[in-house]
Amino acid sequence: MVKNMIQDGKKAVLLLENGTELIGKSCGAEGTAMGETVFTTAMVGYQETLTDSAFYGKLVTQTFPLIGNYGVNSFDDEAPRCYASGYIIREWCEVPSNFRSEGDINDYLKRHGIVGIYDIDTRKLTKILREEGEMNGVITTGEYDREALLKELRAFQVTDALKAVSVSAPKEYKAEDGTKKVAVLDFGVHKSMIEGFTKNGCGVTVLPYDTSAETIKAAGYHGVFLPDGPGNPSGAEEIIHTVKELCDWGMPIAGVGLGHLVLALANGGKIRKLHYGHRGGNQPVIDLAHGRTYVTSQNHGFVVEEISPETAQVSFHNANDKTCEGLRYLHIPAVSVQFMPEEGFYREFVSMMDNKS
Amino acid sequence: MPLRKELKKVLVIGSGPIVIGQAAEFDYAGTQACRALKEEGLEVVLVNSNPATIMTDKAMADKIYIEPLTLDVIRRVIEIEKPDSLLSTLGGQTGLTLSMQLAKEGFLDSHNVILLGANPETIDKAEDRQSFKDTMESIGEPCIPSKVVTTVEDAIAFTETIGYPVIVRPAFTLGGSGGGIADTEEELREIAGNGLRLSPITQVLIEKCISGWKEIEFECIRDSKSNAITVCSMENVDPVGVHTGDSIVVAPAVTLSNKEYQMLRTAALNIVEALKVEGGCNCQFALHPESMEYAVIEVNPRVSRSSALASKATGYPIAKVASKIAIGYTLDEIVNAVTGTTYACFEPAIDYLVVKFPRWPFDKFVYASKKLGTQMKATGEVMSIGTSFEQAMMKAIRGAELKVDSLNLPKLAKMSDEEIKAGIDPAHDERIFYVFEALKRGMSIDEIHEITMIDEWFIAKLKNLVELEKWLADGELTVEKYRYAKKWGYLDSTIERMSGQKVPEHFSASYKMVDTCAGEFKAQTPYFYSTYDKQNEAAEFIEEHDQGRKRVLVFGSGPIRIGQGIEFDYCSVHCVWALKEEGCEAVLCNNNPETVSTDFDTGDRLYFDPLTKEDVKNIIETEKPYGVVVQFGGQTAISLANYLDQLGVKILGTQADSVDAAEDRERFDQVLERCGIPRPAGHTVFTAEEAKKAGNELGYPVLLRPSYVLGGQNMIIAHSDQDVDEYMAIITRTKLENPVLVDKYLMGTEVEVDAICDGTDFVIPGIMEHIERAGIHSGDSISVYPAQNLSAKIKETIIEYTKRLAMELKVIGLVNIQYVVYNHEVYVIEVNPRSSRTIPYISKVTGVPMVDIATKIMLGHTLKEMGYESGLVPDAEYIAVKVPVFSFEKLHNVDNQLGPEMKSTGEVLGIAKTFEEALLKGLIAAGQNIKVEGGVLITVRDSDKGEIIPIAEKFADLGFDLYATSGTANKLNNAMIPTNVVSKISEHKPNSTMDILNSGKISYVISTSAKGRSPAKDSVKIRRKAVEHGIACLTALDTANAVADCIAMHKTINDVDLVDITKI
Repeated sequence: MVKNMIQDGKKAVLLLENGTELIGKSCGAEGTAMGETVFTTAMVGYQETLTDSAFYGKLVTQTFPLIGNYGVNSFDDEAPRCYASGYIIREWCEVPSNFRSEGDINDYLKRHGIVGIYDIDTRKLTKILREEGEMNGVITTGEYDREALLKELRAFQVTDALKAVSVSAPKEYKAEDGTKKVAVLDFGVHKSMIEGFTKNGCGVTVLPYDTSAETIKAAGYHGVFLPDGPGNPSGAEEIIHTVKELCDWGMPIAGVGLGHLVLALANGGKIRKLHYGHRGGNQPVIDLAHGRTYVTSQNHGFVVEEISPETAQVSFHNANDKTCEGLRYLHIPAVSVQFMPEEGFYREFVSMMDNKS
Repeated sequence: MPLRKELKKVLVIGSGPIVIGQAAEFDYAGTQACRALKEEGLEVVLVNSNPATIMTDKAMADKIYIEPLTLDVIRRVIEIEKPDSLLSTLGGQTGLTLSMQLAKEGFLDSHNVILLGANPETIDKAEDRQSFKDTMESIGEPCIPSKVVTTVEDAIAFTETIGYPVIVRPAFTLGGSGGGIADTEEELREIAGNGLRLSPITQVLIEKCISGWKEIEFECIRDSKSNAITVCSMENVDPVGVHTGDSIVVAPAVTLSNKEYQMLRTAALNIVEALKVEGGCNCQFALHPESMEYAVIEVNPRVSRSSALASKATGYPIAKVASKIAIGYTLDEIVNAVTGTTYACFEPAIDYLVVKFPRWPFDKFVYASKKLGTQMKATGEVMSIGTSFEQAMMKAIRGAELKVDSLNLPKLAKMSDEEIKAGIDPAHDERIFYVFEALKRGMSIDEIHEITMIDEWFIAKLKNLVELEKWLADGELTVEKYRYAKKWGYLDSTIERMSGQKVPEHFSASYKMVDTCAGEFKAQTPYFYSTYDKQNEAAEFIEEHDQGRKRVLVFGSGPIRIGQGIEFDYCSVHCVWALKEEGCEAVLCNNNPETVSTDFDTGDRLYFDPLTKEDVKNIIETEKPYGVVVQFGGQTAISLANYLDQLGVKILGTQADSVDAAEDRERFDQVLERCGIPRPAGHTVFTAEEAKKAGNELGYPVLLRPSYVLGGQNMIIAHSDQDVDEYMAIITRTKLENPVLVDKYLMGTEVEVDAICDGTDFVIPGIMEHIERAGIHSGDSISVYPAQNLSAKIKETIIEYTKRLAMELKVIGLVNIQYVVYNHEVYVIEVNPRSSRTIPYISKVTGVPMVDIATKIMLGHTLKEMGYESGLVPDAEYIAVKVPVFSFEKLHNVDNQLGPEMKSTGEVLGIAKTFEEALLKGLIAAGQNIKVEGGVLITVRDSDKGEIIPIAEKFADLGFDLYATSGTANKLNNAMIPTNVVSKISEHKPNSTMDILNSGKISYVISTSAKGRSPAKDSVKIRRKAVEHGIACLTALDTANAVADCIAMHKTINDVDLVDITKI
């Protein structure tokens, strides 16, 4: 087994925009994958990580060294596909153990065509990203021309990320029990978010990300949900405009992650890129109204830097760097958080829709 | 909320002596607590009976009482000191139980003392079995079907409704004392009966046995604002059924998917919220391996062994944060000391794997039952950190100092497949080695899993090691193979042995930092572990922070075991403090997660790694120290001296050659000859025949022991050829590398001296005398400072001999010498040119900070400079009596008769103006049941039958009824001491020794026997029975005599003044 792993481990290379080259071995699919290199400190939930739309176009590094311990299964994906474009780990587990396991992570990556690299010093990589900021990188298992690749890396940009993660036609989810209707602008909605509504009495319609405000208004939804998703929202002017229209119309809106940023932009807020993102399962946020601190799961590279205090109140901030983690709008029925909310958030939004109707 | 304004003076209760289930982790927690409180400007009053602790140090508290931990004493301390608050959750179960009793009886309220850390409701909800169950049910957390019972009959009746097997868990006992798994009614009767007796409230829980489920723990912290986090998850390699203290544990949990992990994390947070815990809390769960079903096993709303492990595993200082919460702070106000920029209200992310491996005392107790169950048996543990499970496991195995450097246990090679299979279940101390051997022999992962219920994940990882070792042994040792083996934690020497080839290169370890955040933030903690990557964070850190100070490495003492306890941690930590004071950069190396020395801010840097030659060499390559210190880390550190010397590393203090001269029998004889000091006559032998010849030549009794030993390992007094045969048979089971020493046994007064020497002058802070005559290990003897019965001439001789030995051995620093005074002659028994077990207590009672002075001497200072004259320091105004503490109730089948082999796990100190008063304090602190009436059962060996008479007379005069077996009874009755005759067990007659012990009439047992050890012997059964019933069992006549004198004072603890040692 050991011998096989050593012999079969084909060479793979991770090259970063700054010229750093890390040599490891190939796991998952063979080939070349380019993306913004980021790290996540979550110690469990690799399957959820790989299918998290906010990782679209990114090379995801796991700081926890042992990946795939409990195998993979068909229940835990957040989406039908893996969004990460590449996967960087120290070690993958050949003999996973869990009663729900249906296979190992290596096969899973292969099946989803994700190019992976293992047997590298992920801590060293993490420190580079921490010090120099998130940057483009490429994993390749083949021959390559370093200079040409570096040039390509420096020019690389993820485009049309939302289009890539969004449904192309509306998709319906029935409420477990209830009659509310919520529209989701699909920036890459997670399965668990849809469940957050269906469990709380709302039917969900997942709409293509570029659905117009008119269409939404006409369909009689009780509220609109803006989920998390990938990329820099500043460029998504049409969507921002759509959301602004919905706000002006008085539609109850809830935003999470990318949705939180889009909502802020639609209401005159400013955003900025973090030096390196908040990614992991242990981000402390403080509920400013109640003085409570919550440990949250997050995955974002941008934050709301500024919004008029007349427009919205900061409801949460990050305990470590004090950046904005949540907003409560003062004049419109809208609320948003930067982190993955717990069920209470969905219930709050449901009651906001109740008040409206 | 910031610091509560009304707090000015806090009382902290420690956990007392080290016993199985309550060890050094509470010194670590208590020390952190004291520091956290002092940081806030609060005055700290400390009570703890354990003198070997760091928390009882003047630097740690403002008022320190080394006094028995009883309600009476704590009440008196409160009356004297008038603290405004009491911190209850940092002193283990002992401190917590005392605090709760004081709160419940209203004493705290009536003295205006605020209870900090836990309230009685929380504790009751967590510890009283029924209210715990009710609380869990009220928040929808599942418990295991169980019932609290107070009689054996109820236990049986309930069990019949849920079916065997069941687990018996006594309420309010340490480390699950008295618990066990019962498969049959007969077993249930025995275990439940025992458990009811041990439970202070006569209550046991009968619980459905869920052996084989995964055992998962979460360490949580909650504050008064309901902020709550989980610091760390842990998974036991051994499934439910083995006490977590006896399990191999990994952190974080590895076989849980995100769903299961979040389910249990949420449950843990719900529990701490329901219990309203303010501080640290340990939640233990059983998780069904094939479903999402789980059950809450146990909740400990205080810091614990697990919280110490979680702190070291993550870098998150749980005890410190818990203390700050107790005095009013909330998690979002407490800065994470590791990063300096983030807050305590976050969950650590780790980027490595931690393995904890227990250390059991079975090397000392060859007849003890090694089966592991719900009652903890380990005395200590090691922790290791690696980037893979394989690497961490290999480090843990060699770090445990079991004389193996891999999972191959040599004795297993000869066993049959059936024997190996039988050895993998039920669990015992060597199970992991049997599992490894089974894998080597081709047993499948599934089969092993089915038998042991150890998760396949762990077995598969062990199989990786099996495969690697096969690969190493097969063909050329290529660089690729070598590097793979290094990454999986193998030493060069192990690789060479397994491959039969020289390593092709030397791959030096690099170091990574433990930073609580997986590299997300820049950390300031200089806490490292070794691995095999290219980037060496320690080297980078050193370069970045270099201020040109002298770098000194201090080696710690590894896992706590009998003979090497917390006292060496005290010494190592003090050495580090002294080095820092001297402007050096002090770097600690140790692998024991329970200790203060492995707290990341004790030294300037910490290396959490095993203390083997190669591990140490790697650290030296990175640190490039000015010098190293080996004399404070017990045998673990001192045994590195020769190797370090060969490497050309500068050893500060006494040189390796002197260590060798003191340990090598022939060289030591020459030393004594040159010094003109007599020692008991003796020989070195290798075989039983030679040993018997020596015994006859010297004349029995003789003392037999292997050379190079620790804590009198495998040491006996032989009275006959048969004894020699039995002993040699046991000792030659393993290959003899060093000879066995046979010495004439001199039954004289044992005297012990710790001295400091700078090469020119020497200082003896005090001479200690043992109550028991030679023959009982010094660690198990009651030791008195200052010596009470030595003539001026003998003292002068001892001072002179100490001087000669220190000079001849060129001691620079500390030396410990044991003498025996026999027929007015002083003989040397043993010289240890290093720190000893008595250093902490002698430093505390004499006021001579021995480790600090020794450390400064190593750096070139002289005693004269520090104001010390050569010779004996004048006696202090108090008498201090050190009393050993044993853990016999945790270890079945261990003979509790004291002898030359050390058996105690800890110690306490009694300090008073007179010897008897100090002894009384010591005995009470040690938990001895000092009764002033009742019966005394006497059964002594023939050679003691003369000497027992005056002692028996003392007890008779004090009004005790005497009982003895016929031989002893005749002797006593003839001497006009009325004694009742009881029959021997072997006579199978009524009114036997067992009957009288069971009758409740007996207050003391005085039992000595020529031969002991084997649990089948009558004498051993009597002594074990005494242990079970909590009857004071005196196994040396000298102890019995001293106890009689103590009772004759007609004083209780309340008649003896309490002493604040900061005023000495």
